[in-house]
Amino acid sequence: MAENKTQSTTAAGPASAAAESLPPVAKAGETQASVVKKTAPKTDYKPADVSPQRRVQRSYTVRLWSIRHSRALEWFYARFASMFLKLHPIWKAIGYGRVEAPIKFVERNVKGFMFDCRMCGQCVLSSTGMSCPMNCPKQLRNGPCGGVRANGNCEVEPNMPCVWVKAWEGSRNMAHGDMILNVQKPVDQSLRETSAWLRVTAQAAASREHGAQT
Amino acid sequence: MAKRPVHIDENPEGVHLPLEPLPGHSSRGRLERVLRRGEFAVTTELNPPDSADPEDVYNRAKVFDGWVDGINAVDASGANCHMSSVGICALLTRMGYAPIMQIACRDKNRIAIQGDVLGGAAMGVANILCLTGDGVQAGDQPGAKPVFDLDSISLLETIRIMRDNGKFLSGRKLTTPPQLFLGAAVNPFAPPFDFRPLHLGKKIAAGAQFVQTQYCFDVPMFKTFMQKARDLGHTEKVFVLCGVGPLASAKTAKWIRSNVPGIHIPDAIIKRLEGAEDQKKEGKRICIDIINEVKEIAGVSGVHVMAYRQEEYVAEIVDESGVLKGRRPWQREARQDDRMVAERLDEILQKNKIETQVDLVKTAH
Repeated sequence: MAENKTQSTTAAGPASAAAESLPPVAKAGETQASVVKKTAPKTDYKPADVSPQRRVQRSYTVRLWSIRHSRALEWFYARFASMFLKLHPIWKAIGYGRVEAPIKFVERNVKGFMFDCRMCGQCVLSSTGMSCPMNCPKQLRNGPCGGVRANGNCEVEPNMPCVWVKAWEGSRNMAHGDMILNVQKPVDQSLRETSAWLRVTAQAAASREHGAQT
Repeated sequence: MAKRPVHIDENPEGVHLPLEPLPGHSSRGRLERVLRRGEFAVTTELNPPDSADPEDVYNRAKVFDGWVDGINAVDASGANCHMSSVGICALLTRMGYAPIMQIACRDKNRIAIQGDVLGGAAMGVANILCLTGDGVQAGDQPGAKPVFDLDSISLLETIRIMRDNGKFLSGRKLTTPPQLFLGAAVNPFAPPFDFRPLHLGKKIAAGAQFVQTQYCFDVPMFKTFMQKARDLGHTEKVFVLCGVGPLASAKTAKWIRSNVPGIHIPDAIIKRLEGAEDQKKEGKRICIDIINEVKEIAGVSGVHVMAYRQEEYVAEIVDESGVLKGRRPWQREARQDDRMVAERLDEILQKNKIETQVDLVKTAH
């Protein structure tokens, strides 16, 4: 098999050997992954070992506080959502498109502070124990993966408590915590960076009007 | 050559033909037949080659011949790149094997996945195992883009919709829906332990018909999980295949424990390995002991033997544990022209032919 090397060709003939910039082949007893890690260029600047989707350098204190107080937040959100729904005529009068920018600004900062919100635009915090599933490096919305460490931390980010371990804890405090058992649809990527508050309000208003008609 | 008797799970008209659909079955596969007959099933995992030679796949499948009911075609496990699961399935189905096509959500978005499901089913894949997949940081190409467009549960639901409703996620109709037996993975050995049995329920609701578990080295922990699953009524709706496998040595066991997240190896197992003269043999012995314990647990319908780089032991493990109770799973009959095909293929692949595009055009005229 050693001689079985297909060579790249050009119209003129065999292509000149390209400079090889690949890491060396792993020897017996080590994995290629460890070789890749070892041969990576060394610099003084080493970013934290986190997943590429999120490089927020923050402690998890606020996020964990929110999960501990999931019941209070659930109660508060129910009031907040119905207040938002009452304001539906106002949103509609001004135009949902026009209020989007300021509402989104508030939503991003409030939810970003409290839950490390990733603005997926289709919030499921009420179903996930107030632990934002988009902070999971695999963005799992239906439950933990099989790689949760024995100490309850994430497989990908060893210092972060698993989003789903926390979600389960948070949901146990909530009045409607069993919503965690609902199967969630795949994320609609086209709704990223939009306001979940306005969407939920508009949908609730529409279904209320629909209910009044029938 | 004397004609061999027709196996219970093969088409009498010819091994290459699809099986007759049975009432109550969602696939035409052998694995579903074995499980629904109430027999103790054995599945295993094929170590995917880093090669473009189909013989590598055939040779690796051959060691399981006659001992297993399904072969998992892994989808870049551990985020290390190997031959794709679709490719392996294409080769295995060609030879009549019953592969379990794994789909990991790490590398493909929903468009690619739904296409692969149709392609796989068209090739004769009857079983699909839906996985989330390891993070890219675990593999040898940590710079890759992690996709994770779906997760294992929404993937299950997607394929169930394709099968039962005959539609893509967009609602567009399929002219022929895939006939599939859907599987999922569960890990009863990682936190949050209380949630795991409920999580299994979620997978069943999304469409899982069989589940394969992570490596079981802690039988009492698995028993607790199964007890809860039974109490919730899950074991009546899903076939549970317990994951088992031999540990090569105490050193490997320790390495796995500290480097592979999600695998729980109790100290007792490591002590038993360390105390043994022949650690490899003891690893196999432990595996057989675990199989004998888990097969007695109510609700366990089979075992999934994962012997990474020790595939040659799978047959011995299955044989010595006696889980098949004398049953012989389907076995591929060697055909006379196999050797000829292999040699010819070898010649084609090995021939060190350098042709330029100019030469190609010249010979074409």
